[in-house]
Amino acid sequence: MTNPNGRFGVHGGQYIPETLMNAVIELEEAYNHYKNDPEFNRELTELFNEYAGRPSRLYFAAKMTQDLGGAKIYLKREDLNHTGAHKINNVLGQALLAKKMGKTRLIAETGAGQHGVATATAAALMGMECVVFMGEEDTKRQALNVYRMRLLGAEVIPVKTGTATLKDAVSEAMREWTTRISDTHYCLGSVMGPHPFPTIVRDFQAVISKEIKEQLLAREGRLPDAVIACVGGGSNAIGSFYNFIEDKGVRLIGCEAAGRGVDTFETAATIATGRLGIFHGMKSYFCQDKYGQIAPVYSISAGLDYPGIGPEHAYLHDIGRAEYVPVTDDEAVCAFEYLARTEGIIPAIESAHAVAHAMKIAPQMAKDQIIVITISGRGDKDCAAIARYRGEDIHE
Amino acid sequence: MSNIKRAFANGKAFIPFITCGDPDLTTTATAVRAAAANGADLIELGIPFSDPTAEGPVIQGANLRALSGGVTTDKIFACVREIRQDVKVPLVFMTYANVVFSYGAEKFLAACRDIAIDGIILPDLPFEEKAEFQPICQKYGIDLISMIAPTSQNRIAMIARKAAGFIYIVSSLGVTGTRSEITTDLAAIVQVVRENTDVPCAVGFGIATPEQAKKMAGLSDGAIVGSAIVKLFEQYGKDAPQYVGAYVKSMKDALR
Repeated sequence: MTNPNGRFGVHGGQYIPETLMNAVIELEEAYNHYKNDPEFNRELTELFNEYAGRPSRLYFAAKMTQDLGGAKIYLKREDLNHTGAHKINNVLGQALLAKKMGKTRLIAETGAGQHGVATATAAALMGMECVVFMGEEDTKRQALNVYRMRLLGAEVIPVKTGTATLKDAVSEAMREWTTRISDTHYCLGSVMGPHPFPTIVRDFQAVISKEIKEQLLAREGRLPDAVIACVGGGSNAIGSFYNFIEDKGVRLIGCEAAGRGVDTFETAATIATGRLGIFHGMKSYFCQDKYGQIAPVYSISAGLDYPGIGPEHAYLHDIGRAEYVPVTDDEAVCAFEYLARTEGIIPAIESAHAVAHAMKIAPQMAKDQIIVITISGRGDKDCAAIARYRGEDIHE
Repeated sequence: MSNIKRAFANGKAFIPFITCGDPDLTTTATAVRAAAANGADLIELGIPFSDPTAEGPVIQGANLRALSGGVTTDKIFACVREIRQDVKVPLVFMTYANVVFSYGAEKFLAACRDIAIDGIILPDLPFEEKAEFQPICQKYGIDLISMIAPTSQNRIAMIARKAAGFIYIVSSLGVTGTRSEITTDLAAIVQVVRENTDVPCAVGFGIATPEQAKKMAGLSDGAIVGSAIVKLFEQYGKDAPQYVGAYVKSMKDALR
């Protein structure tokens, strides 16, 4: 889907300082070489299967299906991966690539902390140095993940600039990369940033939809009617969608974080409230004011609290191939609690946004129809924050 | 011919950078006049952006102060229009691609022509993405300034051949901010630039002292100073213009 200039329709591109241009060109050349290299792919598959625990389960949620009374619901259990989220797929791929390129140090941004933990994990495994940038606000919301990263040997740098959340962590990681390039790979955590990152990250996450397709064909002998995933930058969503893009009968639905609602300023729903812009190396949709100043965004979920969306999602939206819907904090928290009680699965609050939308549409669908929801991560990290949302003052 | 060439007609050029609206636009206008009166050959005017990814902490702080003070692109245009009544040195805007794109590149650059802006620097617009803005800049007679970095290597000749106005050579890796030492082999970069274009080149990033400015300008056609000047605004606020004037004089004197 990527054209030669790293564009998805009008979206994408490489809007970065000249200082980084040779670094992204070098990355693209290395990726184009290794993606077809049998030895690289053998090593990556082994890491996926033996270390990360792939393939992840496609679980038939019988109680949820019965309770909602409509479409059959399957959960793609990315929460069961090592480190507890889909982030490990991309990180193992990029860390292996960086190692082949002779890099000895990984830097990363993180929102909820899942990508930071995954990067710290891969760095530990491969004997690389690791520095993670995390908004100061998020280090408070996700204190447990900060400790996990440090335990894994990474240095965590709280970012105090701007809104002290994910976008500021990305900015700071980019600044750090311009300072130190020769031994350092920027392990970007989502399908965003300058080309080739949106393509590389999508390819490493595409294993999700590849497995969903195989698993569902084996079990049901057919494709799903809808695939639903949450979208911040959009890596688990693009991973869940990618191998279904050509299957026009499969609805692809991305769930954006609406925060307190798309009619308030406290939202992070980019497709619903943003417009075309240029930021963080890419052209895409961004929440911004009339002068192009990036808007402070809000979501209960630190992982979806980002003012933009990956360029391939922006393109899938433009051509009408995927639908993007806003889901509020309140709906996500209800879904978080619902999945815990109904299936005994505590999803990440990010993934709960996808669950919430499935709860809306499943009852309207026929019983022989099938929905797949990607549970992108596990929710242990969110328990204290959700308890506080419900007025219970618990601390980790 | 580009008006920017005039900036390089008085010996080595001294190019100060000022963030518009820090702490307010009245102070900006006074500071621009003070810089021009004290020998600035070209002035870079920063239009603040909420998330300036190429800037170090000092200029990030100035962007934040300016935006918190309510400055907007339209207010800056009005301020520059007023400055242009009497300030004749070449002026270039420095901002981020989204500020121009979001305003509408056509509308933005037409406004630049109306207020006699001579050029524009967009640090997040590398050679590969220039084609989107270059024809519009050309239409309105605005030079789209190219940057060359220590990592540019095989890209220097390509960038130099398509350069307009002047070439901004980034002295060091990293973001803007003062540095005690600059270790890049700038002479080698300038040599490749010279072999490929007559467009003048100036060095920026990390320069704070007259000695550094003299050394950097000695290797090129001029020196650009941002953070050291922005620090004066951070320190003196509305009283900054007189300090900016004195600083510009000391720097230009070192380059004479």
